[in-house]
Amino acid sequence: MVSTDFAIAAYDLLRWIPLIPLLAVVVNLFWSRALGNKTAGAVACAAVGASLALSLYVFWQLPSNGIFRDVVYTWIDSGSFKVNLSFQVDALTAVMLLIVTGVGFVIHIYSLGYMGHDEGMTRFFVYLNLFIFFMLLLVMSDNLLLLFVGWEGVGLCSYLLIGFWYLDDDNAIAGNKAFVVNRIGDFGFILGIFLLVTDLGRQGVWTLDFLELQKHVQLLTPATIGLITLLLFAGATGKSAQIPLFVWLPDAMAGPTPVSALIHAATMVTAGVYMIARLHFLFALAPMTLSLIAWIGAATAFFAATIALTQNDIKKVLAYSTVSQLGYMFLAAGTAAFGAAIFHVFTHAFFKACLFLGSGSVIHALDGEQDMRKMGGLKAYMPTTYWTYLIATLAIAGIPLTAGFFSKDLILWQAFHHGAVILWAIGLITAGMTAFYMFRQLFMVFHGECRADAHAKAHLHESPAVMTLPLIVLAIGSIFAGWLGAPEYLWGSRWDHWLQPLFGAGEAHEGSANTEILLTLLTLAVVAVGIYAAYAKYGRSARSAEETAGAEGLLYRLSYNKYYVDEIYDTLFVRPFTACSRFFAEFVDPRIIDGMVNGVASFTRGLSWVWCGIQTGNVQHYAAGLLVGTLAFLVYFLGQS
Amino acid sequence: MVPLNYYLILAAVVFAIGVIGVLIRRNLIVILMSIELMLNAVNLTFIAFSRYLGSMAGQVAVFFVMAVAAAEAIIGLAIIISVFRQRQTLDPQEMQLLKW
Repeated sequence: MVSTDFAIAAYDLLRWIPLIPLLAVVVNLFWSRALGNKTAGAVACAAVGASLALSLYVFWQLPSNGIFRDVVYTWIDSGSFKVNLSFQVDALTAVMLLIVTGVGFVIHIYSLGYMGHDEGMTRFFVYLNLFIFFMLLLVMSDNLLLLFVGWEGVGLCSYLLIGFWYLDDDNAIAGNKAFVVNRIGDFGFILGIFLLVTDLGRQGVWTLDFLELQKHVQLLTPATIGLITLLLFAGATGKSAQIPLFVWLPDAMAGPTPVSALIHAATMVTAGVYMIARLHFLFALAPMTLSLIAWIGAATAFFAATIALTQNDIKKVLAYSTVSQLGYMFLAAGTAAFGAAIFHVFTHAFFKACLFLGSGSVIHALDGEQDMRKMGGLKAYMPTTYWTYLIATLAIAGIPLTAGFFSKDLILWQAFHHGAVILWAIGLITAGMTAFYMFRQLFMVFHGECRADAHAKAHLHESPAVMTLPLIVLAIGSIFAGWLGAPEYLWGSRWDHWLQPLFGAGEAHEGSANTEILLTLLTLAVVAVGIYAAYAKYGRSARSAEETAGAEGLLYRLSYNKYYVDEIYDTLFVRPFTACSRFFAEFVDPRIIDGMVNGVASFTRGLSWVWCGIQTGNVQHYAAGLLVGTLAFLVYFLGQS
Repeated sequence: MVPLNYYLILAAVVFAIGVIGVLIRRNLIVILMSIELMLNAVNLTFIAFSRYLGSMAGQVAVFFVMAVAAAEAIIGLAIIISVFRQRQTLDPQEMQLLKW
């Protein structure tokens, strides 16, 4: 059972963690022209660096079962309903804080190099800092309402940054799509909040505070909890790109690559997982919802991995890989292994950010080329990028002693231990596919002979230190981040001890170590098969990559065209909706609505036309009217007397 | 002594002439003059009653009316001059812009 007695301490420092990036936003918004591009970028990086330093300090001070609180002021005070604008750091938030500010800081540094030639550099950093602010708001909030503000804020920043190069229509459309799809999920999310607050309120507890909610959660009936968690999960599917709302994330790759790394891989898309972990006391009481989450997570992991097998755009592969990895996290959350889910969020942040930044380095070197068929052999030209990319690829594939190995195996083990053998099998196959598509990418980009065109080839160079250093930092994280959560048969998990006061013990340690080792070996075998398949098909000769594309079977085409999900959604939802809108815009609005308004106007006008005649503008006519009126009064009063 | 009624009848006739002048004449100056007629018809009534009732109040009122009439004539003539400069006519039928 989860204990609810935490050592709560007031801690005024907390508010500065989100505030400093916001201050940098203000500074860069108003004075960036005076500061110049370089200084503005430095201000942005320094702000996130300061937040990182503060987060580390807070993390250092925080006991595992402690909660730091900083109440800034009362935001809403209406009757017995009260919401504070206040921040809270507990074990879970501390982890998220370090991910957001740590990976965020590294990516900020990288952006100095990546966006260095861009005219909109200061605008970019303003958006990026604003994103950090909202993300910190999201993870540090101590109530659902403030979390929702952060939730919507990061969505806004995501939209702004996807459409960052707005002169290209495709980018603007991709931004729109992300925004609209997220709106659908958020609609469910806010309905869930409403239901939660009114249902508890009707029983006398008006609150959105997490600790209070946890205390009073037994007031809710199981049916209500089921509905609430379902609605909240709808929000999570939107933000974290799960079936059926995952379609926006691959398109979101239209944004600059650091954005893909920070927002669409490491932090924002994991907000759904964070939200479920934050409300674990609610979800733990809804077994139906949990199993739905697990199934959707596993289905998404599998489905997205099959799409990633055949994509040729370097960033699209990573995007579908992210969707797939997020599926793993939801699979873990769905089997009530919240610690494992957050652990995968943590390790995934490192290796996926590293992969995205590495792909950015490649794209940068090839002057904007993203098609993997026009790459190859880059290993010789960009050694640092290659080695870091290799490490991150090993990590995501789950090679032993890398971060992904620990977290993915933990998730699979939890699923198996939870009794969901089918889910475990899906995860296992997905692990093999992950290894295949990642090594396929590695071989296509870095090995073989260079297939870049002359222009790109002339442009080829290793990225400057400002971009390679972040890669190295993240690559180191891709290995060692996982060591915190090693299984019992190695040196044991510090991770579980850290999160245990929050999520409670009993996250499957009773199972025999032998079974666990056996399962791990099975996973490794599947991964090895995946790697070998990738090597056999793409590793030996560069030619085959081009030859195999095109003449392939039905499955290949299905996967290559992403199962036509976009087209299906287009036919099922977008077209009927736009047809409906067009009907209203072209018939109902001009004919019926405008007709009514104009009808009233012309009726009034017709009436007035009768009386308009007497207003001739001639003073003498008015004077005559005056006379007639006066005489009439005179006759009337004289007649009375 | 001339009976009061005679004065009143004369004043009424003069007032009626003024009213008709205001209503039917096609020249602003003549209309202004007709207004003067109406004012003076009223003055005549005031004086007659003042004499008949032996009160000075009527005569005081007459002085007020005269002062106001003088001011009115000045302003009226000034407007008429500027209207004429603008439009080269004094016919009120040519001045019907202020309507729907």
